[in-house]
Amino acid sequence: MTDATQNTGAVAPKSSLHTLDARTKRRNAAESRFKLYGMVAIGIGLLMLVTLLTTILSKGTGAFTQTFVTMEVDLLESKLDKSGERDLEKIKKVTTFGYAPLIKSAFEKTVKTHGMETDLKSKTMAKILSKSAASQLRNYVIANPDQIGQTIEFRFLANSRVDGYMKGRVTRDSIANDKNITPAQLDFVDQLIEVGALTKTFNIDFIIGADASDQRPEAAGIGVAMMGSLFMMLVVLALALPIGVAASIYLEEFAPKNWITDIIEVNISNLAAVPSIVFGILGLAVFINYMHLPQSAPLVGGLVLTLMTLPTIIISTRAALKAVPPSIRDAALGVGASKMQAVFHHVLPLAAPGILTGTIIGLAQALGETAPLLLIGMIGFIASNMPETVGEGLLSPNSAMPAQIYEWAKRADPAFYERAWGGIIILLIFLISMNTLAVLLRRRFERRW
Amino acid sequence: MPLSWLVLSVLSLAAAGYFIGRIRVLKLAGGDVRALHSLPIYYGTNVAVSVAVPALAVLVVWLLAQPTLIERSVSGMMAPEMIPEGSNLNLVMSDVRRVADGLNTAIAGGAMSLAEAEAMDATVVDVRARLGELGVALGQDVRPEVLAAAKSYRSAAVTGNTLRTLIVLALAVVGFGISFSKTKPDYRARNVVERAVLALLMGAASLAILTTVGIVLSMLFETINFFGLHNWRDFFFGTTWAPNFRGDSELSILPLLWGTLYISFIALLVAVPVGLFAAIYLSEYAGPKTRAIAKPLLEILAGIPTIVYGLFALLTVGPLLVNMFGQSGSLGLGWMSGATSVLTAGIVMGIMLIPFVSSLSDDIINAVPQTMRDGSLGLGATPSETIRQVVIPAALPGIVGAILLAASRAIGETMIVVMGAGAIAKFSANPFESMTTITTRIVSQLTGDGDFSSPETLVAFALGLSLFVLTLGLNVLALYIVRKYREQYE
Repeated sequence: MTDATQNTGAVAPKSSLHTLDARTKRRNAAESRFKLYGMVAIGIGLLMLVTLLTTILSKGTGAFTQTFVTMEVDLLESKLDKSGERDLEKIKKVTTFGYAPLIKSAFEKTVKTHGMETDLKSKTMAKILSKSAASQLRNYVIANPDQIGQTIEFRFLANSRVDGYMKGRVTRDSIANDKNITPAQLDFVDQLIEVGALTKTFNIDFIIGADASDQRPEAAGIGVAMMGSLFMMLVVLALALPIGVAASIYLEEFAPKNWITDIIEVNISNLAAVPSIVFGILGLAVFINYMHLPQSAPLVGGLVLTLMTLPTIIISTRAALKAVPPSIRDAALGVGASKMQAVFHHVLPLAAPGILTGTIIGLAQALGETAPLLLIGMIGFIASNMPETVGEGLLSPNSAMPAQIYEWAKRADPAFYERAWGGIIILLIFLISMNTLAVLLRRRFERRW
Repeated sequence: MPLSWLVLSVLSLAAAGYFIGRIRVLKLAGGDVRALHSLPIYYGTNVAVSVAVPALAVLVVWLLAQPTLIERSVSGMMAPEMIPEGSNLNLVMSDVRRVADGLNTAIAGGAMSLAEAEAMDATVVDVRARLGELGVALGQDVRPEVLAAAKSYRSAAVTGNTLRTLIVLALAVVGFGISFSKTKPDYRARNVVERAVLALLMGAASLAILTTVGIVLSMLFETINFFGLHNWRDFFFGTTWAPNFRGDSELSILPLLWGTLYISFIALLVAVPVGLFAAIYLSEYAGPKTRAIAKPLLEILAGIPTIVYGLFALLTVGPLLVNMFGQSGSLGLGWMSGATSVLTAGIVMGIMLIPFVSSLSDDIINAVPQTMRDGSLGLGATPSETIRQVVIPAALPGIVGAILLAASRAIGETMIVVMGAGAIAKFSANPFESMTTITTRIVSQLTGDGDFSSPETLVAFALGLSLFVLTLGLNVLALYIVRKYREQYE
């Protein structure tokens, strides 16, 4: 090395270090461009999240309110109980058709008392009510036969077109080709709003009610499907948690390093990536076609989701077990505990918060899963009431929240779309609270060794 | 005895055994715990385990095996000529099961005595009407041979159930007796119990293998059935997908595979650039605060159930695209006729995959040693030059692995394509047309009223197996690449 080498070579550029040359400018521009791309990418991601959430909220909140018509109905003895004996069997003979005149006269009475002017016939007026109005009346009378002859105030569901009109989904222009409602009926609806007989209020039946036929979107609720999901989650929790924890304990604490263990480990990581629909095929072939378990039952759904959730639970449980330092095990062994006692008495309790967090996240995943449920028949209109016993809840046909949402999205009437978005809000509330619980548990109990 | 009672009685015997074992050993030791080999609870647990585990294990095996055995013996009774035209053994057997169930309900409900059921003769009595009176609805008239088969099915099931109850209870009692007689202070109860627990743990771990075997076998059998009914060449190399429930369908996987790959490609086109740049920004530029906010927010996208994305595709993105590219759309192009299309499903699936790509790549980029960045920056490279010329090439295998994993997710995704992609199977390069995928067809072939003996239904199992093999291959390849890359820097 001599000083001479420094003086030879390329001629130094004639510029100051303080002025940027073209190349540096280009490189700096490329630098800020590159950084911008990154920011744009994150922006796109967050924008999508915001779009998704605002779409859900703006389209779904409508499902929680519903339009009702409040009217006084004369429960005429002459129509409902001609003999006057209050014999329940005879009262039951009056079909819902027999109740239609009562509703018509209730409308006439409302028009008269409020002094409304309308050319509509009472039959046309009655059409703004849901098709379930007459059966609602009938159920009430059968439950309270002693009130025949009195005048009772009822709150009827308005039909989905009127409800859509109240929510801005239906306008006088949009119903040009609609056979279910006419502009004259909407005028009548306006008059009813003025006198306060027709109001839009919170609708608890959407949250606790059962699904309704595709003629009556206004009466459909997600409550029974929620019970279906609940029973499935009970099955998943009862099976996946103990099996998952047992498998992780074996793999993490006892398994010898040999080819069998290797096969098990590879299997678990592969199962975690198998498409969920494949689990549905497995459920259909094994649980329904082979074992003849009842179709559409939450028990079968729970079994399928258990198999699907197991890898998630095993992976997080193993991480939690691994995080417990070996010194704990050594100390337990040192005071004379057996290996099994060291694990069950000392390692497992310390890993419990981590296991719980992983289990809750696994359950949240299972709660939102739809595809396997389609294959084991948890879709279609499953007309069911709330299950009354645990056995019935597990074995009688039911739907689940995501499957119910899919079912509504498939139906032709746009009024069901609102229900689907509303169902998603409820589903997301469940998922968010489960994930928050998991985060809180982790914050509260996480221990750094 | 019903199943639930059987299980309950075994469990209560086990619970009783626990206390009896404890009390007995303490009494034998004269109340002195120090005279025992193990703690008293181990003696109790030993008795409980010996009662419950063998009995319940036999019960599970029995429950799995009995239907097959009965089915086999009863279907042996059905001579080929007894199966009517246009029907097959499976259909006849499901009739037999239904009649047998009907008889069972009738007897259990007290509507018909056992002898009456045994004596019933289909040539004399109209069985369907008779059972109908008793509240058991049957779909069609019962033929004599079906009734005979149903009777033997029923009696086999009844005998099987009685035998099951006896054997399980006997096992429980024998287990109790043996373990009780062994319960003495010098018996090494802890070691025995721990060995049993270890065996249970091992059993739980091998459930993973069992699941995989179950998946493969359940699909493999039906796939073999399918290839017995349908030419395998047409399935793998044909060019038309035209299921026809009157028979003579053309069922080829290729058009479905094309739809699947096309939609996945568009999804990756959305997810990879956005996810990758997001990961680069988060790991190389963002400060800890931005990172702490942006990363979890992006990951919310991964936690949203796919049904939500499906609905978003069907009701929001689809109509939006039609408004832009449709007949009367704002661009006036008339390219798109319906809301379902390759583009609809692809874009929404891409959104779903963004956090998947970004968090995987983030991990991989973070694993590149800091010394490599320092070296590059020290030589005068700008941060972006460092990233492009040093970090990304070093992380490339891992990123490729992440993209392959994302691709496998896209191929197996169901709800978004069921709701957003459409139902027409064809080879077309136009992203505005609706196209169908493997998963969509599996759902539609299996959710109809199809019976499990027609090729139109069985094809779903062949499709499922192909999907399983495809995604498994991609996953194994991706994990191999990622693992190999990780070793490089460890």
